[in-house]
Amino acid sequence: MLDLLTSGLHGWGPQLLSGTAMTIAVALSSFLLGLAFGAAGAAAKLSDSLLLRGLAELYTTAVRGVPELLVIYLLFFGGSGMIMAVAGVFGYGGLIELNAFSIGVAAVGLISGAYSTEVIRGAVKSVPYGQIEAARACGMGRWRILRRVLVPQTLRFALPGLGNVWQLTLKDTALISVTALAEIMRVAHTAAGSTRQSFLFYSVAALLYLALTTVSTTAFQRAERYASRGVRRA
Amino acid sequence: MNWTLMWDSLPRLLAALPLTLQLVTLALAFGAVLAFATALLRLSGNRVAVALTSAYSFVFRGTPLLVQIFLIYYGLSQIEFIRDSFLWPVLSQPMWCAILALALNTGAYTAEILRGAIETVPQGQVEAARACGMSRLRVFRRIVLPVAIRQMLPAYGNEVILMVKASSLASTITMMEITGVARRMIAQTFAVFEIFIVAGILYLLINFIATRLIKHAEWRMTPHLRARA
Repeated sequence: MLDLLTSGLHGWGPQLLSGTAMTIAVALSSFLLGLAFGAAGAAAKLSDSLLLRGLAELYTTAVRGVPELLVIYLLFFGGSGMIMAVAGVFGYGGLIELNAFSIGVAAVGLISGAYSTEVIRGAVKSVPYGQIEAARACGMGRWRILRRVLVPQTLRFALPGLGNVWQLTLKDTALISVTALAEIMRVAHTAAGSTRQSFLFYSVAALLYLALTTVSTTAFQRAERYASRGVRRA
Repeated sequence: MNWTLMWDSLPRLLAALPLTLQLVTLALAFGAVLAFATALLRLSGNRVAVALTSAYSFVFRGTPLLVQIFLIYYGLSQIEFIRDSFLWPVLSQPMWCAILALALNTGAYTAEILRGAIETVPQGQVEAARACGMSRLRVFRRIVLPVAIRQMLPAYGNEVILMVKASSLASTITMMEITGVARRMIAQTFAVFEIFIVAGILYLLINFIATRLIKHAEWRMTPHLRARA
């Protein structure tokens, strides 16, 4: 097996493996960043403030309606400029260069967050309002209700939707290869270019992605089963 | 914000709009045929057909579209007998490779949507149609398919939007559609935001119109849900 990895694939096995690790790292980081954006977005969408609702609506509509590749180009070409402009406001005039990893995570996280926003908003709304009233009647404060009643149930309701978002995020990381970050797609592209074995290397890339999506599907199924262990089934 | 630059970039981006629309419509058309065939084979109960269509859907839904595009554009051109075959005039062109990849991708997703919709058609309606003496084919054509298509429209609307966005990946294999042109103009002018906003608005407009069209089709197909005058 190890022999095949080093001598087979024209010696590109190790790079492909580290590419897979990079894909997983980018996907996990952007999914978590997306969850943070999603929680903030859902809170904004459910808030009483018209401004916050409008901003969140703009965020989800724009990001979900514009191609992922365009968002990645925006951050790839304009990300450093944006950060420098913000730093300039705080009086820092130096040059700031973002690496491909943080740009990739920011871009995919932004996209993932727009989808997570909708999933989390839907999940929060499916917690019966009576339960919140009951908790309030028991004398719980806002934060305690959030922590004890709202969040645990929201997590359970959101899990299937978040599973879909994870699959999207995982597949969107392939687009980061345009920024030359050495994830699966980039390594496959380089290997295909140098060995002239495009079919072989893109097939290997496809298999690696299939393995990742299959494993994560099973993981999410397990998580769903675990999260709904206290729910009665008909 | 450079307004003149934004205004000047509009004609060039608009000139790329027909190519984007062409990619999307052709991919959706071929994808629909593919989805229809796949869904029928999937529901046929034939074990070989079910295994084949499941594999198709698993592979194309489990891998990124970019891999599929590269596999078709770079990968297939490397195989000897494809270069010698009658398929080569088609597969040597990036346009057809992009359309093929997009169609295969949307076909896999749409097949699942259609299959789900067909399975939700109430059994009672099928039995009633059978009792009226309709043949299986006629039941399918007159009862099952119209109800299923109506049922699948909202989900299909999402798929159309995904395809509009996915067409941007054609720019990675030299197609100069909206994203390709936008990328080139960003590299030339460094006006990242201006061009992003113009290109983004174009995509949002396409998606808005597509959503309206689907909504209209849904409205046309559900006269029984409208309030009677």
